[in-house]
Amino acid sequence: MKALQIERSVPRFAAARVVSGLKPGGGGSKVGPLRLADLDPPEPPNPSWQVVKPRLAGICGSDLATVDGRSSRWFEPMVSFPFVPGHEVVGDAADGRRVVVEPVLHCRIREIDPPCRSCSAGLTNHCERLVSGHLHPGLQTGYCKDTGGGWSLALVAHELQLHEVPEGWSDEAAVMVEPTACAVHGALSGPAGQDLVAAVIGAGTLGLATIAAVHLLRPDIVSLIVVAKHPEQRSLARELGSTQVVEPGELRRAVRRATGSWILDSGQLTGGADIVFDCVGSDDSIADALAVAAPGATVVLLGMPGHVGLDLTGLWQREVRLVGAYAYGPEPAAGGRHSFALSMDVIERAGLERLVSAVYPLDRYSDAIEHAATAGRRGAVKVAFDMRNEKRR
Amino acid sequence: MARPGFVLDVDRSTPPILTWHGEGFRLERLPAGRSRVIYAPEPLDALDDPDDAIHEALLHPLGDCKPLPELLFAGMSLTIAFDDISLPIPPMMRPDNRQRVIEAVLDLAAAAGVDDVVLICALALHRRMTEAELRHAIGDRVYDAFAPTGRLLQHDAEDPDGLVHLGQTDHGEDVEISKRAAESDLLVYANINLVAMDGGHKSVATGLASYRSLRHHHNVKTMQHSRSFMDQERSELHTSNWRMGRFIAASGIKVFQIETTLNNETFPPQMAFLQKREWEWTARDRATYLATTKSLSVAPPRLARSIFQSIKAPHSMTSVHAGEVEAVHKATTEMVYRQQLVHVEGQTDIVVLGLPHLCPYNVNSIMNPILVMCMGLGYLFNLYRGQPLVREGGVAILSHPTPWAFHPVHHPSYIDFFEEVLAETTDPVEIEKTYEERFATDEWYRHLYRTSHAYHGVHPFYMWYWGAHALQHLGRVIIVGGERRAVRRLGFSPASTLTDAFEMASDTVGHDATISHLHCPPVMIADVH
Repeated sequence: MKALQIERSVPRFAAARVVSGLKPGGGGSKVGPLRLADLDPPEPPNPSWQVVKPRLAGICGSDLATVDGRSSRWFEPMVSFPFVPGHEVVGDAADGRRVVVEPVLHCRIREIDPPCRSCSAGLTNHCERLVSGHLHPGLQTGYCKDTGGGWSLALVAHELQLHEVPEGWSDEAAVMVEPTACAVHGALSGPAGQDLVAAVIGAGTLGLATIAAVHLLRPDIVSLIVVAKHPEQRSLARELGSTQVVEPGELRRAVRRATGSWILDSGQLTGGADIVFDCVGSDDSIADALAVAAPGATVVLLGMPGHVGLDLTGLWQREVRLVGAYAYGPEPAAGGRHSFALSMDVIERAGLERLVSAVYPLDRYSDAIEHAATAGRRGAVKVAFDMRNEKRR
Repeated sequence: MARPGFVLDVDRSTPPILTWHGEGFRLERLPAGRSRVIYAPEPLDALDDPDDAIHEALLHPLGDCKPLPELLFAGMSLTIAFDDISLPIPPMMRPDNRQRVIEAVLDLAAAAGVDDVVLICALALHRRMTEAELRHAIGDRVYDAFAPTGRLLQHDAEDPDGLVHLGQTDHGEDVEISKRAAESDLLVYANINLVAMDGGHKSVATGLASYRSLRHHHNVKTMQHSRSFMDQERSELHTSNWRMGRFIAASGIKVFQIETTLNNETFPPQMAFLQKREWEWTARDRATYLATTKSLSVAPPRLARSIFQSIKAPHSMTSVHAGEVEAVHKATTEMVYRQQLVHVEGQTDIVVLGLPHLCPYNVNSIMNPILVMCMGLGYLFNLYRGQPLVREGGVAILSHPTPWAFHPVHHPSYIDFFEEVLAETTDPVEIEKTYEERFATDEWYRHLYRTSHAYHGVHPFYMWYWGAHALQHLGRVIIVGGERRAVRRLGFSPASTLTDAFEMASDTVGHDATISHLHCPPVMIADVH
């Protein structure tokens, strides 16, 4: 079958890092680790698993980081090579259902018994056994050599990973379920309160989905300030429920205005936002998030960070909580409903299907990767691979 | 004998016309046969002895008013208020008119044995002046005599203990001014009248007022009904100030107004070509122009700004009148018109306004995009009497680099106005309704206005309102050579060259549009018939 595959090759990852430094998404070129290959389809390990034939598979920020050789080495032990990327997947299951895949490969999927403490508590995104069980290491489908991934014509998935797509939904809406679930989880990660002021940094897929999730699931947040770099992002951010959209560099003053705090000569705010959602994960974005967080506030990291350099004096002095928001699971703040179910609500009510801007066949993977890496400036949001017209043998 | 103002009809022999462009200028060729250039009158003769003229004015006041010595007595409280940094522009060479007037008043006060004398800089909602700026305005002798003892104040429109609410006019306008000024036995106001908008009752009713009071005339409705605010007879801004001024007088506050006028000698001798008519340029003028423009083209913006901000104008006093406010101001206005009025026949489709580096609100500061709008559509557009130079639905072409740059100390609320308000709307009515109160009552802006050198939080709104009449009148506004992003944020169209701007304007006013070029500075008022 046709599939895009990443092999462990230090020179190729190094080359991808260099090329992507010159041209975002350059890791998708021939020098990078990504290859279009003809592979044998993965085999279901046991009857709890079945083959899923992807229709659409999104390209996510973490995928781009991997392809461009910029991913943190933190993940090395939790990945098994060679693997087929793609964890934002809508496809056809062997049993005839159209499904989206919940990609985390936790204890129950690895059939580890007894499961780890986190999985026992239902917190599968905190699974402590991502390198154990009958599967090779892999934190998610799309990073494990045994399961395959969405950037192909077939992958295998455990029954527990499959969520049926509601009747009448487009594939474009369905491919947004996984990233929106991440946004839902992040939006519900910040503590609840009353008349809160929040900020979202970044207005790519994750940022825009977070705006929608906050708007629909967090009535306690009355003012949502969004940093968006590009015109199309700004327009979408407004439509999805932000109260104010600002350009990079304008955030501090916008938060000051919304909260009535002051700016000291050094540029620091005396007060700030109650919750800041960082949907970028860079040095600058995290520094901005910390700069506009009020004393006692929470900064939620949704965007995948890597190595960052930060002055944490303010975090210490103002007792700011810096929390990660990874993946999904049952959401205590929503009565235990699963992030995927909440995500489907958000997609339907906010019309997030419109965030899918462009689709590419697998053969044009270089173009697809480059488009995804420069989506904002090209007026796009989510770029996905489209396997609906691929010839399947 | 100074030559009067002049309107030049452009023909093929007309040389390129000097057009200001921020910290620089360009020579622009205007289309022959349909363009005209309006030149200011030449500078009036200066008073031979300004100090003597001041003394005479104090002894022979106008209107129903006694000579100043008769109003001064031992044991009285005397407050002398004076105009702030916004006047004149460029700042004049020393000695400043304010220094001359205040020294003369203080001499008489000392002779009368008056001990309780306080000076107040009537800055309204403008920024506080620095020590150097105050020394320049009132002189070292006065500064050193008053500042160390705390008797030189800068008006604080947000000091609840320093203001007094006198009541409301019959139009429901709150009149709230400086308590010290209101409770003094005599309030002397030392004014510099650069343009016809200045002075009169506006000196006290605006310069020493609070936001609560100012908002009754510094608003969109007033500005849209001031046609123009340089013409007191047709200015709602002045009508409101006059009501307040008369209310102040009726409240028992005794105001002794001293107004001075200046000639329009705007640039030092080495830059004299800037106010000459181009066909009269000498070889030396042309060489100076070339050398200056060449140097400025390679100078970093900060250096260019610093050079231009250091210019001190050789303005000279042309008249001084003292006494009762309205009588004084009538005489003052006549002098201002004598210096500045230019007879112009009819309107054109387009007006070209080259904007210099300076407006009243960026002395020693940055001409940010909001001030560009205010200078172009507020001040220069309104330099008319009768009707605007450009017809209704016509096009204003401004020339200015319009950098996305702000002075963080002087203009903190401007930054927010530009980033937040103009990102949402440029409609003055909507802006006033939705945003003004929040900015006006913002604690941080209030703190910076009172303790630092920041304009009041509401000030950028007033700048926008200043252009409200023009926005209502014009079909389109184009800025030549401006930073595109900033120009678009203002709601205007950017153009690379004046030729491009004419081409763009043709979409609104057609291809054979008539053009007026206001050759300003020096300041003038187009008397459009």
